[in-house]
Amino acid sequence: MRYISEFRDPVLARNMSQKIARAVEPGRDYHFMEFCGGHTHAIMRYGVQDLMPKSVHFVHGPGCPVCVLPVRRLDDAVELAERHQVILCTYGDMMRVPGTARRSLIRAKADGADIRMVYSTLDALQIARDNPAREVVFFAIGFETTTPPTAVAIKMAQAERLKNFSVFCNHVLTPAAIEHILNSPEFAPGGQARIDGFLGPSHVSAVIGSRPYEPAAATYEKPVVIAGFEPLDVMQAVLMLIAQVNSGRAEVENQYTRVVTRTGNRKAQVLVAEVFELRADFEWRGLATVLESALQIRPEFAAFDAEARFALSEKASREVKSCECPAVLRGVKKPTDCKLFGKTCTPDTPMGACMVSSEGACAAYWSYGRQRLPQDAP
Amino acid sequence: MNAGSIDMTHGGGGRAMHDLIRDIFQAHLGNPVLDRSEDAGTIEAQSDRLVMATDGHVIAPLFFPGGDIGSLSVHGTVNDLAMMGARPHSLTAGFILEEGFALADLDRIVRSMARAARAADVRVISGDTKVVERGKGDGVFITTTGLGTVPEGVDLSLSNLRAGQAVLVSGTIGDHGVAVMSKRENLAFETEIRSDAAALHGLVAEMLAAVPRLAMLRDPTRGGLAATLNEIAAAAGLGIILDEAEIPVAADVRAACELLGLDPLNVANEGKLVAFCPAEEAAPLLVAMRAHPLGRNAAIIGKVTEDPAHMVQMKTDFGGTRIVDWLAGEQLPRIC
Repeated sequence: MRYISEFRDPVLARNMSQKIARAVEPGRDYHFMEFCGGHTHAIMRYGVQDLMPKSVHFVHGPGCPVCVLPVRRLDDAVELAERHQVILCTYGDMMRVPGTARRSLIRAKADGADIRMVYSTLDALQIARDNPAREVVFFAIGFETTTPPTAVAIKMAQAERLKNFSVFCNHVLTPAAIEHILNSPEFAPGGQARIDGFLGPSHVSAVIGSRPYEPAAATYEKPVVIAGFEPLDVMQAVLMLIAQVNSGRAEVENQYTRVVTRTGNRKAQVLVAEVFELRADFEWRGLATVLESALQIRPEFAAFDAEARFALSEKASREVKSCECPAVLRGVKKPTDCKLFGKTCTPDTPMGACMVSSEGACAAYWSYGRQRLPQDAP
Repeated sequence: MNAGSIDMTHGGGGRAMHDLIRDIFQAHLGNPVLDRSEDAGTIEAQSDRLVMATDGHVIAPLFFPGGDIGSLSVHGTVNDLAMMGARPHSLTAGFILEEGFALADLDRIVRSMARAARAADVRVISGDTKVVERGKGDGVFITTTGLGTVPEGVDLSLSNLRAGQAVLVSGTIGDHGVAVMSKRENLAFETEIRSDAAALHGLVAEMLAAVPRLAMLRDPTRGGLAATLNEIAAAAGLGIILDEAEIPVAADVRAACELLGLDPLNVANEGKLVAFCPAEEAAPLLVAMRAHPLGRNAAIIGKVTEDPAHMVQMKTDFGGTRIVDWLAGEQLPRIC
């Protein structure tokens, strides 16, 4: 398959592996955070770690939008379906994530709530058209990759004057999260954890371009290399990061040139800016409250904002005690450091979002790598 | 009988039901035993060991590229018997029909069952029909139970599994699941992928003739190859290591899976089998499989190992290793 097979070529992989082995300086350790859950997944699925020298360590980041959604917002979504009797449309990944008291969308659905899995916002719009007597809410999650489709859906709903469609908006922003991590005490010099550079997210960058990472790279003096999702992309990006670290550079480079440009998708950016505005702050699971890191729907589109249409109750939302998702999301702990991993917390009985989501670090470790278990010292 | 639909009288045991049986079931499935219209079908005494298997079919949609619920209900049960090395000879078929189900569709399904049964050389010797109210069924559910005989000397069993044995697959994986998915309402995409559903006992007979010391067979249906191998590893207390580069996947199935974010290893098959044999027999077994129409793309895909954790692992195409996990739930419900 074009654009896929070439980037999984085992011969090229071996060459790349040898280049990386020659590039690392003896006696030096490299810690690179792959921000995006899709990268964690790719690394585990293809066994990329096996082709790296022992001195290269991957630190798993919070780039899994399902994982960083605070429990309270999931509880709100369950309430919309159960109490307000809407047709709640959601991406599949959210269905099994446990909320407070392990109540998930799939449990609520089994108890009779009308919750439907959709592949795109357009499916949700169609459901709204097909059910004019029912309220339809699209549960919008995701970083900048999924935000433009949500904007499209709202614009289309407006153009068609749909009276029964709204969006429960939980879109979050990548550069804000990266800055927040770099700002946190764990990663300050002398802190308990270390990051030497970032593998930048692939498809987020296709939308926003590589430019938004430049301020963080300059301020915190950490290189960012935007990498594609195929395993060879990851390896090439690691090689580029090693080169930067060795020469003391801290620039934003783009490995994923076949999809990402410096300015990104201008049309998508304009559309998103038209429909959404920044929230003053937003609570992220694991990162706590981050300023200007999430989007809300502009007042002009309030008719399509589920938070404006439905009164959501105050909640005392609770995580499972001992669930280390917050630490895993920040990159300070590995899934195997969590007491619950593999024991009470498995894909069949997930305690937190990191084990359920296909992009969660815990799920990736469980599905692909649990036979190797801890081999890296941090 | 092509007009009209099922109503509650068809399940009442009266004339309407009798006419339905005559005009659809007996018309297409008829054979000397079924035609006697007795409460049970008689089978002559057998000298060989008997094996019996049952399968419920609830697939949605009912009709898909390469088959339908009717042909599937024959292939599914025949294959369960074939995996024991049996020659299947008799089936029973129970139908649960929903009020309002189109008779034309029922006719089409039963014709398809009859074709599949003839091709597999099995007879439906007894059946049953029930009708449930509208909304209490999904068109039609079919349960088939099959009987077969295992020739003297054939012993295919999980207990024969040993470390060092080779693992083979009879052809490309993921075809059935993707074919069914392509017809699902909210997922429809254009493709020429057809279900691989087929009766495998002919292939099995050739394999046994070539390699009498065949250890075990299983057909990887729901959950795909990954689920089947994990089940086997767990039950046998052994490990399995696969070589991703050797696992046959059709190019369009691979592309569809990439698009949908699925792993072909987790996608259902209906006309494939996994075989375990002593390492030195793998090459002749492969030759025998490839000589048969249903084994053209057969391949040696791995080996059995000692492993206290009984994991299924895979050397990836890329050069690393990863676990082949057992999926927590169903990737897609009601695939067979």
